[in-house]
Parts: sequence; C-alpha cells; structure tokens
Amino acid sequence: MSYLNSQDIHQFRNRVLALNGEDVSRCIQCGKCSAGCPISPEMDLQPNQVIRFIQINDPATVLKCSTMWICASCQTCSVRCPEEIDIAKIMDSLRKLALEAKVPVGEEKVVKFDEIFLDSIRKRGRVHELELVMKYNLALLQPFKDAHLGPVMFARGKLGILGHKIKEVRKIKEIFKNSRRIKQSES
Amino acid sequence: MQVGYYPGCSLESSAKEFDLSIRAILQEMKISLKDIPDWNCCGASPAHYLNEELAQALPYRNLVKAEEAGLDRVISPCPACYSHLKHIHEEVLKETHLADRLESIVGKKYNGGIVSKHLLDFIKEDIGFDRLKSSVKLPLSRLRVVNYYGCLTRLPGVRIDDMENPTLMDEVISILGGEALEWSHKTECCGASLSVSRTEIALRLVNSILEAAKERQVDCIAVVCPLCQSNLDTRQGDINKRFGTTYEIPILYLSQLIGLAQKLNYSQLGLDRLVTSPQNILIEKGIIEK
Amino acid sequence: MTESSHDENIELMTYAEVVDVKGFVGNFDVTIRKKPRYVDMTKCTGCGLCIEKCPTKVPSEWNLDMGLRKSIYKPFGQAVPNVPVIDTEHCLFFTKGRCKICQKLCPAGAVDYEQKEELVTKKFGAIIVATGFTQFDPSAYGEYGAGKFKDVITGLHLERMLDTSGPTGGHVVRPSDQTEPKNIVFIQCVGSRDESKGRPYCSRICCMYTAKQAILLKDHYPETQSYIFYIDIRAAGKNYEEFVKRAQRDYGAIYIRGRVSKIYEKGNKLIVRGVDTLAGRQVELEADLVVLATAVVPQPDAIDLAKILNIPYDQYGFYTEAHPKLQPVESVTKGIFLTGSCQFPKDIPDSVATTGAASVRACEILSKDELVLDPKVAFVNPDICSGCLNCVEVCPFNAIEPIVINGKTIAQVIPTLCHGCGNCASTCRTSAANVQGFTDDQIYAQVASVFEILKKENFLELSE
Ligand code: SF4
Ligand code: SF4
Repeated sequence: MSYLNSQDIHQFRNRVLALNGEDVSRCIQCGKCSAGCPISPEMDLQPNQVIRFIQINDPATVLKCSTMWICASCQTCSVRCPEEIDIAKIMDSLRKLALEAKVPVGEEKVVKFDEIFLDSIRKRGRVHELELVMKYNLALLQPFKDAHLGPVMFARGKLGILGHKIKEVRKIKEIFKNSRRIKQSES
Repeated sequence: MQVGYYPGCSLESSAKEFDLSIRAILQEMKISLKDIPDWNCCGASPAHYLNEELAQALPYRNLVKAEEAGLDRVISPCPACYSHLKHIHEEVLKETHLADRLESIVGKKYNGGIVSKHLLDFIKEDIGFDRLKSSVKLPLSRLRVVNYYGCLTRLPGVRIDDMENPTLMDEVISILGGEALEWSHKTECCGASLSVSRTEIALRLVNSILEAAKERQVDCIAVVCPLCQSNLDTRQGDINKRFGTTYEIPILYLSQLIGLAQKLNYSQLGLDRLVTSPQNILIEKGIIEK
Repeated sequence: MTESSHDENIELMTYAEVVDVKGFVGNFDVTIRKKPRYVDMTKCTGCGLCIEKCPTKVPSEWNLDMGLRKSIYKPFGQAVPNVPVIDTEHCLFFTKGRCKICQKLCPAGAVDYEQKEELVTKKFGAIIVATGFTQFDPSAYGEYGAGKFKDVITGLHLERMLDTSGPTGGHVVRPSDQTEPKNIVFIQCVGSRDESKGRPYCSRICCMYTAKQAILLKDHYPETQSYIFYIDIRAAGKNYEEFVKRAQRDYGAIYIRGRVSKIYEKGNKLIVRGVDTLAGRQVELEADLVVLATAVVPQPDAIDLAKILNIPYDQYGFYTEAHPKLQPVESVTKGIFLTGSCQFPKDIPDSVATTGAASVRACEILSKDELVLDPKVAFVNPDICSGCLNCVEVCPFNAIEPIVINGKTIAQVIPTLCHGCGNCASTCRTSAANVQGFTDDQIYAQVASVFEILKKENFLELSE
C-alpha cells in the first residue's frame, strides 16, 4: 500500500473543483447522499465513498467505478446534502474525467447507449426512439432484448418506423463540429 | 392567448398521447400553440459528459429559434427538456462568457427573451386554476389517483414546487373533482434511461413505485413526464413476470385526465395508446361510456 | 427554585419580562413588565381548586401538545411560584364574558380579572442572562415527514413521555394509535451540523440524551430495540463515553453511522431509509417510532432581548461572550453576564458551572463600593469638541452621550460603558475624541521614536 501523503493530496479535489465548482472538502461524510440514492444497491462504490476517494486523492479507484455510470441523475443526493454539495453534478464530471482518462469503463452499456443517442441527434436533429433502441441492442449483441415490447408499442402507435428529420440538419452537424472544435482548442 | 411549444423528441413517438392531449386541452381553454419552427433535440442527459458544449448549444439553438419566431413563452412538457431550456437561459443571462461561446457555436444570438414553462406551472400561473375549473364539464368524482412527480421538482432550474412534498398535480386533480391520494413514492426515481441500458435496475425501482401505488388502491397514476410514463406503463408486464406481481395500473398523463374532465374524446386524448388500458376503470367510474 | 423563592435576599419576578435597560455596570436601571396573571399572589394558597374546576381544555405547551391543561393553570407540577395564571386567549370569561367559575370557587378570593399590567423600574448592579434555548422545527425536513407523520417525534416529546408525571404517565406510546413501539429509530443531528438549514454547529446535548433515552427505553420495555443513526458520537464529558458504551453493550442499542435520507409510511409502520457508511451500504428499517434529535436553537426573541441589553449575538442569535477562553461568562457589556444555552448549546453540568461562575462574577461587582476600570477608555476634550456627535453614532456600546455645557452641546464619554475600541477617536474630525494612552500625539510620538532608532541603527535610509 502506498502512502496517502506521497503525492499532492489535494490534486483530485482541486481538479473537480476547477471543473464544476463543487468542493468535496466540505463533505462531512454523513452519508445522506448514499442513504437516499435509488441506485445505491447496484453501485460498487456508494456516492459518499466516491466523494471520500476524491477527498483522499484516489482518482484511480473513482474513475473505474460503476457509480457515476449508473447514476440516474435524479438529484436526490444533491438536494438533500447538508453541505449543499451537488453530488449529481460531480457524477457528471466524473463521467467526463473517466472518458478523458481512457480507463476501462465499468458500465460500457450506458456509454454505448449515450453515444448512439448523440449520433441520432447528429444525423437527424432529433432522436428517433425506435432506431435508438434497435441500434443499441444490436451494438450490444442482444437484438432480442425488449423485442417483446415492440409489437405492443407498435400497436399503440408509440413507435414510428420513420423518424423525423429537421430541415436544418446541416446546421446541427455544424453545431456538433463547432462545439467539439472549441473543446479541443481549449484543452 | 398564443404560446410557444416545444414538444421534444419523445412526444413525437412514444409519448404521442402526451402531445395530443396537451394540444386538445389547451385548445379547449382557448390557448393556441405555436411550435418552435424546426426545433431540435435538447440533447437530454448524454450530451452532458460526452460533449458539454453540445449539451448547451442544442437547447440554445431552440431558444434562438423560438425568439426568431416572435415567441416569449415556451411550454416544454418533458421535464428534462424543460430543465435544459430553462437552465441554459439562466446560465446565458448570468455568464456573458458562455453566451459569447454559444453564439459562436450556433452562429446566432439569443437575446434572453424566452420564458420556459412546464405544463404544470403554465396551468397554475398562466391559465390559472379558476379557468381550469371552469373548463371542467365532467368531474372525475370517485377516481382515486396518486400523482407521480419523479425527479421533476429536483431538476436544475426547475423550482416550481416543493422538492420533497410537491402538491401542484394534487391541486389539479382536486380541481378536476378527482381524489388525489397521499402516498409515499411521489418523488422516488423511476430509473430514467436506465430502463434501456440497465433494465433490471429500472424494474426494481418501478416495482417499488407500483407497489406503493397499489397499496393505496388507486385507479390510476398520473404523470407529467414521458420517461416516467413509459417506465411505469410499458414495464408492468416485465415486472409481473419477474416479481410475480399482478399490476395492471393505468398510467395517465395529467393532461389526459384534464381532457377527460373536459369531456374530450377518448382517442383524441390518445388514451388508446396507453399500454395498460384505462378503459375499464374509466367506464366503471362513469367517466366514459362503453 | 423553591429554595430561592424563600430566600429573603432573592426577589423572584415571574411572568415578567425586561423591556428596557439603561445605565451601566453597578448602576443599571431596568424596566420590567409584570404581566397580569389574574391571580393575586399574596392571597393564593396554591390549593389548585380553580384548576380542577375550570371547564376548558387547552393543549399543554409544556407537554408539547401531547396532553391538555386548563385555561387557569400552572405550567408544570413543580412550578415556582405555586400560583396559577389565566390564559386569556382561552379563558371563557376573557373570550366570551361568561363562566367566572374560578373566581366563585377560590376560597382565598385570589382570582382578580381586573389585574393590569405593571411597569416597574428598579436599580441593579449586575445582570445575568439565562434565557435558555428552544428546539429546531423539524418540519424543515420534508423528507422526514416531521409534522406530517404522527409517529415521527422529537427527543423532547419522548422525554415528556418518559416522565412519570408527563402526559402519558411515563408510558411510551405511538402518538398515532397509543400502542407501545417495538422498534425505535433515533436520528441525530436534525437541524444541527447542516449548512443547508443554516446551522452548521453541533448541538452538544443530543448524543448524550439519546443514549440516555435508549437506556431508559430498554429498561422500561425490555422488548424494544433502539437504532441510532449518528454522524459522530460526541461524548466528551466525564463518564460520557462510558455511558454511551453502556447503551451499546448493556442495553443493546444499535448505533448506525450515517444519516437518514427519507422516511415514509407503509401500513402502520415507518420505513426509514438510511445508510451504514461503515458497512458501505444502504439500510432500510421498519420502525414503530422515529425520534429526531432536533437542534438547539436560540429563543425566537433572543435578538430582541440582545438589543434591549445592548449585548452582541452571533449569526444564529446566541449571545456572544467577551472572550471565548478567558471571559467565557462575561458579555462584552460590562456588568452583564451569560450562562446556560442562551450563549451556545450547553448540557446540564456546563450550565450549572457557568451559572456558578456568572454569579460569582456578579457578586464581585456587588461586593465592592468602588469599581476598578480599565484606564484605556475614550475621553472627549470639551474645548475642541464641535458637537457634531458623529461619535455617538459610531459607538457600539452607547458609551457616549450628548451634554450641554455653557449652552453648547458636546459629547461626553461614560467611562464605565466604554471599551476603548477607538471608533470615536477615528471618527472625530476635530481630534477631540481620543483613547487614554493612545492619543494621536502619543501614537505619533511612538512612530517618531521608532524611526529615530531605525535611523540610528542604520536600518533605514531615508530619502529626504
Ligand atoms: S450528503 Fe453531502 S456531506 Fe453527506 S456524505 Fe454525501 S456529499 Fe458528503
Ligand atoms: S443523482 Fe445519481 S448519485 Fe445522486 S441520488 Fe440520484 S442516482 Fe444516486
């Protein structure tokens, strides 16, 4: 085991602070975030433990955990934290940091879904739900997952075969390009 | 009264009935909707970490489009879209630095002239409960409803009701003459998009919500979010299979319940599109005829 | 209390409040409003017949609305003086003009509906403030359903129930259905240590009274099981840690490190969703009764009193001591002392100790004919003072008053009130106001001599 103080102990805390303005050193480790988190049973690290590992500068442990990936962004933790720490916002930043650090993502499925989601927007300007779910299930080699829902949804007019496409799709593609470009030039 | 309207992607397909019923009830109350021309997806949550600027630029473009169309208020029925539009509007007004960046990405300037509304605060503040009340032709008496708010009141920028114990939907149900019941799972999480990527988690969460509703012996659950509706409605079969339960609880949009009280047509309100059909219970309660 | 009411050197003025304080240490003029109790203290024998026969029933404040009292009542059994008071908001005579039963029945003829409020002004040498605290209103925690769920109560409610002369005669029951609870969940730090509720401080008493209540519960009802959600156990007092250990070891209280996020009703149980941060997982408990350890907060009118007394208070409304370490029972205003929880949350031993200390401090003043004051106080040179009275405005201690000399209004310092802060000196445009020992001339002289030394020792090259 390495020494806790072998490196700048505030490095990761400061990183998160710079990224989203949330200071984990305020956290008193009361655990209320974990107590109310609906996804807690499935998380490998509890939300308060995630905060703890940021406090003690252990990005390696944090960035490979499942917590931020299965976080539903329901905000329960954020609105009940006695220290008014926006934990849900920290989860969002951690997703970004994990992708940047290129650590193996514990919850690939979630990322895959989100990527297909964005791709759908880029191509159409809007999301086409049927296409989204189908592509996602295909990508995960589980083409028949939820297939039983198809006929029901279809019969209820809930799944359009053809998605909508906005007129200024070109404009959307540009926005995708621009936002990425600015991001790269900044980093 | 004319107001802007931002349906959002799911109201075009899986939540078409939310869209249909909103248009119908507002028309009934003499409010005409003007869609934001050529609107785009708000980016939902994935955009946040995959590309933060994109997550800001997508709703920004919608605000620009709304302004160009001469609108000053926009209703977004989906809580996530609503939160994004409102949040970006607020951020842009606060941070000029961000405003400049978004202007350069989208190529057009948003001047801060759009007030975002969710259906709920629009009903309360713009329509007014009195006007809603006077549009009621058929009180939903004896209909036992629990209102499910999910994370609506906790989303960033959304401050339309008490976070822990919201009551707006309950007030609406009472105005419609229905019985809005107290219950424990008003604001519990439905699992949101985990229902696709980590279905088993969503099933567990939805099960506990349905269980709490069942305990109150409800006729239906009222919702105001397409994702909540879809998770609570379409997954009932899966849940019954997995947990050995026998749920058959119709999940209605609040707008559909309003429409019923206004005596609007069943299919005009998209009630036939719900997976768990409310037909029998509505007949039983004398709200619709056979 | 009873003892002090018999002491000939102590005059108790109950049902009275301070409305004005003038003067200074050794010479306070205090105006007191004596509220009419509508019972003549000199006649009443305390027999209690009036209370027995009063036909009204009102929720008892003393029992936190869990029991009832009459409109003519004594707040609690051992109250001093043993004389009742009439609550005019509920008394049938005062609200509707009829009844008068108490007056008719009183054998001593002590009931007097005509009593009027009285203002008295008296001289005092020192003042000890001991106005105590109240408890935080837990309905601020929507997620706990306090105020909504009947069986979510506060530690004080439980304390009243455990009292044999309390509203339930010492029986602990669920307010919803009067049954005995089996599983009792305690939640610590409700309102304390919570920035989001504006109260980051520790209330200091909850850890210990909760341990005591858990012990008493097990003692009275061996079938019960207590679960205590805590963030930290703060048992820093003589034998405190051992006491908490006993609650855990001998009385089987289960301590769970973590906060609770939500409580909801399921059937006739309460589901408590919390976390065990030591086990690293969420826990849910089915409770019959939930007891919230609500924060110690200042009295709602604490700030009003502080303004009357002219003593400082902190952002929460607790009174501030002159020095946190060296003058812990003195307020900044000389002759006014603090004790108990009006200053910050204190437990019984601390309150008793500070009360002793404050009393001795007060006696110190009263026992002397003359007071020795710190010489470093301000003075105003009457020859230069222009009479602008700006200094009166800036003095935080009201230590400067205008006086008229030879037809001219000028400022004058009351040395017993002055703390030598120098606000007046720095505000005075004519340099009439100065602090003894720190006059402008003296400070200039000091600066000049420092420069002399520096120059002599070649530390400084002055470019002239
Ligand atoms: S609720 Fe806030 S203070 Fe408590 S453990 Fe979580 S982040 Fe820390
Ligand atoms: S926002 Fe994420 S981490 Fe916070 S309570 Fe919800 S699911 Fe849990």
